[in-house]
Amino acid sequence: MAEVALVEAVTMALAWEMAHDDTVVVFGEDVGINGGVFRATAGLQEKFGKERVPDTPLAENMIAGMSVGMAAQGLKPVAEIQFMGFIYPVVDQMISHAGRMRTRTRGRLTCPMVLRAPYGGGIHAPEHHSESTEALFAHMPGIRVVIPSSPGRAYGLLLASIRDPDPVVFLEPKRIYRSYKEEVEDDGEELPLDMIYTLRDGTDITLVAWGAMIKETLEAGEELERQGVSAEVIDVATIYPLDMEGILESVERTGRCVIVHEAPRHCGVGAEIAAELAEKAFMHLLAPVRRVTGFDTVMPLFRMEKQYMPSTKRIVKTVLDVMAES
Amino acid sequence: MSVTATFKIDYHQFLDENGEAHSDLPGGKLPAFADNPADLVPLYRLMVLTRLFDAKAIALQRTGKLGTYASSLGHEATHVGIGAAMREEDCLAPMYREYGAQFYRGVKMSDVLLYWGGDERGNDFSVPSHDFSWCVPIATQCLHAAGAAVAFKYLRQPRVAVTVVGDGGTSEGQFYEAMNLAGAWKLPVVFVVSNNQWAISVPRSAQSAAQTLAQKAIAAGIPGVQVDGNDLIAVRWAMEEALERARKGDGPSMIEALTYRLSDHTTADDATRYRENAEVEEARRKEPLSRTRKFLEAQGVWDAKQQEALEAECAKQVDAAVAEYENTPVQAPEAIFDYMFANMPESLKQQRDQHVKEMNDG
Ligand SMILES: Cc1ncc(C[n+]2csc(CCOP(=O)(O)OP(=O)(O)O)c2C)c(N)n1
Ligand SMILES: [Mg+2]
Repeated sequence: MAEVALVEAVTMALAWEMAHDDTVVVFGEDVGINGGVFRATAGLQEKFGKERVPDTPLAENMIAGMSVGMAAQGLKPVAEIQFMGFIYPVVDQMISHAGRMRTRTRGRLTCPMVLRAPYGGGIHAPEHHSESTEALFAHMPGIRVVIPSSPGRAYGLLLASIRDPDPVVFLEPKRIYRSYKEEVEDDGEELPLDMIYTLRDGTDITLVAWGAMIKETLEAGEELERQGVSAEVIDVATIYPLDMEGILESVERTGRCVIVHEAPRHCGVGAEIAAELAEKAFMHLLAPVRRVTGFDTVMPLFRMEKQYMPSTKRIVKTVLDVMAES
Repeated sequence: MSVTATFKIDYHQFLDENGEAHSDLPGGKLPAFADNPADLVPLYRLMVLTRLFDAKAIALQRTGKLGTYASSLGHEATHVGIGAAMREEDCLAPMYREYGAQFYRGVKMSDVLLYWGGDERGNDFSVPSHDFSWCVPIATQCLHAAGAAVAFKYLRQPRVAVTVVGDGGTSEGQFYEAMNLAGAWKLPVVFVVSNNQWAISVPRSAQSAAQTLAQKAIAAGIPGVQVDGNDLIAVRWAMEEALERARKGDGPSMIEALTYRLSDHTTADDATRYRENAEVEEARRKEPLSRTRKFLEAQGVWDAKQQEALEAECAKQVDAAVAEYENTPVQAPEAIFDYMFANMPESLKQQRDQHVKEMNDG
């Protein structure tokens, strides 16, 4: 078994699936000889050739639109968008075609495609390289949105995303691309695309997070333990569809919930989870559901980005407030 | 069969890589602005300043004092040529490495450092107050220039919008959309394609099967021309022609400036992964500064002593800019919120107040 970082697990999953399915084609800007600007496709062009791992011209809507065409005609495109900040031209193809091809044609044509993109802040990057706009895609009917938060989940969820018969936007939290390694067996085993992961057991409160925010949320869990609060930590992993059953099971037990995300607060995925809890867990709640999120502002450039990112401290404080309310 | 249309793309160079001048203009003359070679000295000085600034910025990044930085090494003639041809009231919509053009127009070196240092105030140029700031999403700026040109035309202002886009950027739909609109509406705009042969690791040949990028203008019904982008005189000349055309109401043009990115794409890149050193060395022989200097020396308006004095003076200016940058304190916490809207929504005010309180409480 190999010890790999999250970004290496992505490469491993791509290589596995390419080796086992000739219809998988990996492409994007700088994915070839350069192996992607984060090296997520390192070595793939060498291994599988230029036809299966081509560098595309610089055009994101083209990447999405050609993926729709390829997918509808028998291939499994796995395209890289270099940064989430440059994903917006794909919105047209994703919303107008990828998400509705199956339903439009009553299943005659489908879109088994994956768009991968690194996302999120905290790496001192230039403008447009730090945003988290997963909610945009989660709002689009017909598209799955997946966010792994560990090497193992990156491997299994990416395999499942490629094999899934529908379009998947696969967002990779780049702040934790290389923050730690773990053993991941390169066995082609996929993970389900509709299941939460409980990373920490607790009885007083449920903390719900995804992506790089898992790090601060787990840290908060430990700090809270020291302060006598037992926090359960859930990695949502699949933003759409949400495993609400899993989240509800936990919140019904703890009676409290705080949702953490980097993205702006307004209409963020946290709002959807909170609405579901209001509908389905109201009678079990001992305190209001709260959110710790980015502000409803443009992500500041990096001199102030730390102020924007939800910190362990903010999470702990919010949890203590919630505990005090009940 | 009959031919309905034929096209050609001209290429212009006045100063070759050895600094020798030749001209295909009537009478074999150089453009008027180069009639008196001494007039080119200030432009050469700015090219040198830009290069020394660039080296300093990279050094700052390497020592952790600057974020990712996009170098302009090798592009100085293209950039300064653009800046020198424009009028103050014209409007530049740059991409992210045209410092030479921006310095000419009044952008400060400390502005550039602040931007790449992660501080929004770098975008708040006091001069030129109407220019757009850096534009990272590739080719999106082309449409801003077209829109600015719509405004100038509508307002009957004799101004021209200028935008710069890379060879990679010419693959984006927005580049075509902008040129198409400009052609259809005869807008006062100049598109400069800074063809430095690479888009990060992707070579020019992989972007397009077109023989030249200039010919993409033809499809939009506007003139396209290729110039040696390392030749200050050629760039400025082509720019002046295009600006004049636009100002007279004769519509847009496109200029493909052939240059070379001698640096890594940005400080986050390592170009040795994907391109041959021999190619870079070959390109280095054609870089713009040494040919301009040779030309000026041959004309008797420049010498080694002046060069030495210039370099010392530039170093001082750069150091002063670095000091200004390093002495700029971080913005107050409310700055994250205060520029979002002219009339801030109540919910945002609440977020701001809470954030400020948390920051003050430590
Ligand atoms: C829309 C968009 N896609 C991708 C990127 C990432 N990116 C930054 S620069 C670059 C290459 C640009 O090449 P080119 O247009 O030739 O300009 P150059 O940097 O060479 O001057 C890419 C792909 C981006 N900034 N914007
Ligand atoms: Mg380029």
